[in-house]
Amino acid sequence: MKFERYGISIAKGLTVTLRTLFRHTTTAQYPEQRLNTSRRIRGNELIWDKEHCTGCATCAKTCPQGAIHIVTSAKIEDNKYEVDKFEVDTGYCISCGLCVEACPYEALYMGYAFERAKYRRGELMQTNEMLLESAERRRSAYMHPELAEELPRQTLLVERITEEE
Amino acid sequence: MMAIRTEPFVLNMGPVHPSTHGVYRMRLTLDGEVVVDLEPVIGYLHRGIEKLAEERTYTGVIPLTDRLDYISSMSNNLAYVLAVEKLAGIKVPERAEYLRVIIAELQRISNHLVAVGSFFNDCGAYFTPFLHMYREREKIIDLFEMVSGQRLTYNYMRIGGVSQDIPEEFLPAMDRLLEQMPRSIDELDRFLKENEILLARSKGVGILTKEKAINCSVTGPVLRASGVEWDLRKMDPYSIYDRFEFDIPTGSAGDCYDRYRVRIEEMRQSLRIIKQAVKQLPSGPVVADVPHLIRPPVGEAYAHIEAPKGELAFYLVSDNSIAPYRCHIRPTSLLNLAALRDMVIGWKIADLIIIFGSIDICLGEVDR
Amino acid sequence: MVIINLGLNNPGYLQTLPSDWPGGFWWHWLLFAVIIIAVVLVMVMAFIYMARRQIGRMQSRVGPNRTGPFGILQPIADVLKVLLKEGIMPTNADKVVYWLAPVVALVPVFVIFAVMPFTNGGMLADLNVGILYIVAISSISTIGMFMAGWGSNNKYSLISAMRVIAAVVSYEIPVLLSIAGVLLLAGSLSMNDIVLAQDIPFILLQPLGFLIFFIAGLAEISRSPFDLLEADSEIVAGFHIEYSGIKFALFYLVEYGEAFILSCLITTIFLGGWRGPVLPEWLWFIAKAVIVWFVMVWLWATLPRVRIDQMMALSWKFLLPLALINLIITAIQVLALPENSLWVMIPVNFAITAVLILLWSKLFKLGWGRVEV
Repeated sequence: MKFERYGISIAKGLTVTLRTLFRHTTTAQYPEQRLNTSRRIRGNELIWDKEHCTGCATCAKTCPQGAIHIVTSAKIEDNKYEVDKFEVDTGYCISCGLCVEACPYEALYMGYAFERAKYRRGELMQTNEMLLESAERRRSAYMHPELAEELPRQTLLVERITEEE
Repeated sequence: MMAIRTEPFVLNMGPVHPSTHGVYRMRLTLDGEVVVDLEPVIGYLHRGIEKLAEERTYTGVIPLTDRLDYISSMSNNLAYVLAVEKLAGIKVPERAEYLRVIIAELQRISNHLVAVGSFFNDCGAYFTPFLHMYREREKIIDLFEMVSGQRLTYNYMRIGGVSQDIPEEFLPAMDRLLEQMPRSIDELDRFLKENEILLARSKGVGILTKEKAINCSVTGPVLRASGVEWDLRKMDPYSIYDRFEFDIPTGSAGDCYDRYRVRIEEMRQSLRIIKQAVKQLPSGPVVADVPHLIRPPVGEAYAHIEAPKGELAFYLVSDNSIAPYRCHIRPTSLLNLAALRDMVIGWKIADLIIIFGSIDICLGEVDR
Repeated sequence: MVIINLGLNNPGYLQTLPSDWPGGFWWHWLLFAVIIIAVVLVMVMAFIYMARRQIGRMQSRVGPNRTGPFGILQPIADVLKVLLKEGIMPTNADKVVYWLAPVVALVPVFVIFAVMPFTNGGMLADLNVGILYIVAISSISTIGMFMAGWGSNNKYSLISAMRVIAAVVSYEIPVLLSIAGVLLLAGSLSMNDIVLAQDIPFILLQPLGFLIFFIAGLAEISRSPFDLLEADSEIVAGFHIEYSGIKFALFYLVEYGEAFILSCLITTIFLGGWRGPVLPEWLWFIAKAVIVWFVMVWLWATLPRVRIDQMMALSWKFLLPLALINLIITAIQVLALPENSLWVMIPVNFAITAVLILLWSKLFKLGWGRVEV
């Protein structure tokens, strides 16, 4: 093979790199500057709505991993079972969201936060009261588009880069 | 002329290597720097996906198929879902079909960006083209995150359609992407398309002739670069691909450079398809009325799609229960690797790495 | 038995020093030895930092900016990390060779700086065979790399060691021949005299020589696009694959130290060394070396790497004939042109360079392809 084009293409490539040197960067400095995730993010926790849950265990049957354990008592009151234990093993959960999609009573939501790493493996099992919604545990709009207005808008890279060629 | 007497030695390019794309082991017999023989050893990433699929419901297999070729998850989802729909005879609404095409073509662009970026990384350009391509891929993954909620394992397709409708900021962002992406691809072309060092490294290297490609059942961009015009979207149209007009880029020589050019041209053709699909997008439901626990009738179905890496197919056997009786996956990358040994013998170690990178495999698919 | 005559009382030694130098030769030696070691270490760390920031920006990311303000302490953090790691020696390694290899590779890097002119006469020893000294000593590092490749008992490092020997030996010749053109213009082998002779910087008078020297120098120190001697993608770090801890730190120092040497050589021989209008002389020297390093990092960020047979073909078939032709043409010009109209050479040489590169690109065939097995 011959040394085609006499080195001019190497020079063209070098100009592209030089131009990138003077553009602004596309990275964000993480802990100080956080980008907004999608409103439908399937974050790595589940949020349980105790009032609406009837203990039907459709979510547990749908979960491909078998990460949800539900123990109910046989008492039926107001068309609902009384749920003794609703336990999610977030270590097993793959955040697929099939449980949220399956729940017929809209009692299960995906979490909005994604920085939920724990130091001990035992803390990954979350039961009853740990799963309720609170100020830190917000619900994401996955499968629930009515929640989308309250959540911040996602930062998109197509909008952050505005230079013209 | 006196030749020095040399002796071949065996070098193990082990499972842990910066350039085998995953855990792939090759036992090379080298004579100096020239490769004399290659023996692949696979199975380091075997997770038993086909067996696990027999324990999960039909809908529960979809997150499992995400993890096959984890770089292009949407295509895997699509192939599986098409197989189940064929088995159960389910008709997909129009809006869902158009959304599936848009998502599948975006996935193709994203996959080719990774493939070309890794190819340049193997050639030795120190991550710069790789990071430029990942910057473009970031724009596409942002859109996927907007639609499905995750950035790598999407779990977006469902039996009978897609899982959710697109939010309202999707189409404006898509318009901006459609105007920025051609410029980025042109900049990448200006960067490295006619670079002399790249031409010297990859033109004429690792030639796969037409006959050998067809005999080894190679599919995808590797086949098209060898001169065979075979694309399932035109030969055996699935979904609604017969309503769009696009070209099939083919190469002529079947070397690494042609495979790289075929991928770049396929990116441009995918942008063309997306433009047409966005214009024709109808309104309506996005999923057919299918129960969550579906019991297809007894039978078998085989559905294949043109995944970004080649022909990906699912073969499902059902016995009227909630889980598949047998789910077999036609692994694109494994069958593309069948041609590796013939492509590589006679070339040097440096060429081996480039040829291996230009086939573009993903170990999740090879080992399943 | 050899008697080494130190000759401390010999007035001949004092005559080579500048007249205002206090003390004898050995104080001069001590001061400059300390200065050289300090300068080399600091500049190597500055080069590492500058390279990482520059490559980061060229890849539209930032580069290290957490350790210290603007990430200035990053090289120090790297050094500390590498020093604190465990040095693992493979069981079947050849112990003496394995242990000596970093030392043999590192010492020439420091020793070459004895003849680098930081200011006018400000060097350890203004040898009147400076260029010969540099070329001779710089080949010793290669032995160190080969010892590392052999002593590690690892096939990957042996492949890399073979590549190192083949490449470095072939690229010595274009280096020498391109410097020979400069020597004809300067008239002396002493580094300080070469700088003093550059009223017009030699890069303008010898464009072809500069290009050949730059490319051949990049190949000698195995930097991109010729970094296949320690290619990360193929042979996983090459000859220093089995080194960790401080031995690896020494190889890392060798790599960047040789890059610093090449930058200093290019500034001395082609760019005019310490000459410059306003700033102090050593500052001009460092600034020009930094500019050359900028160009080297720019090439590193952009270009893919070549294959070993293409690299050898480039040296023997492309650079060597061009260097010979450059030498002949320079000789003719030095003889034909009168003393103070050397500027005539500038357009003539640029034209000859363009014509020769075009011509050789057409004739030149890079390496062979598939070998029948």
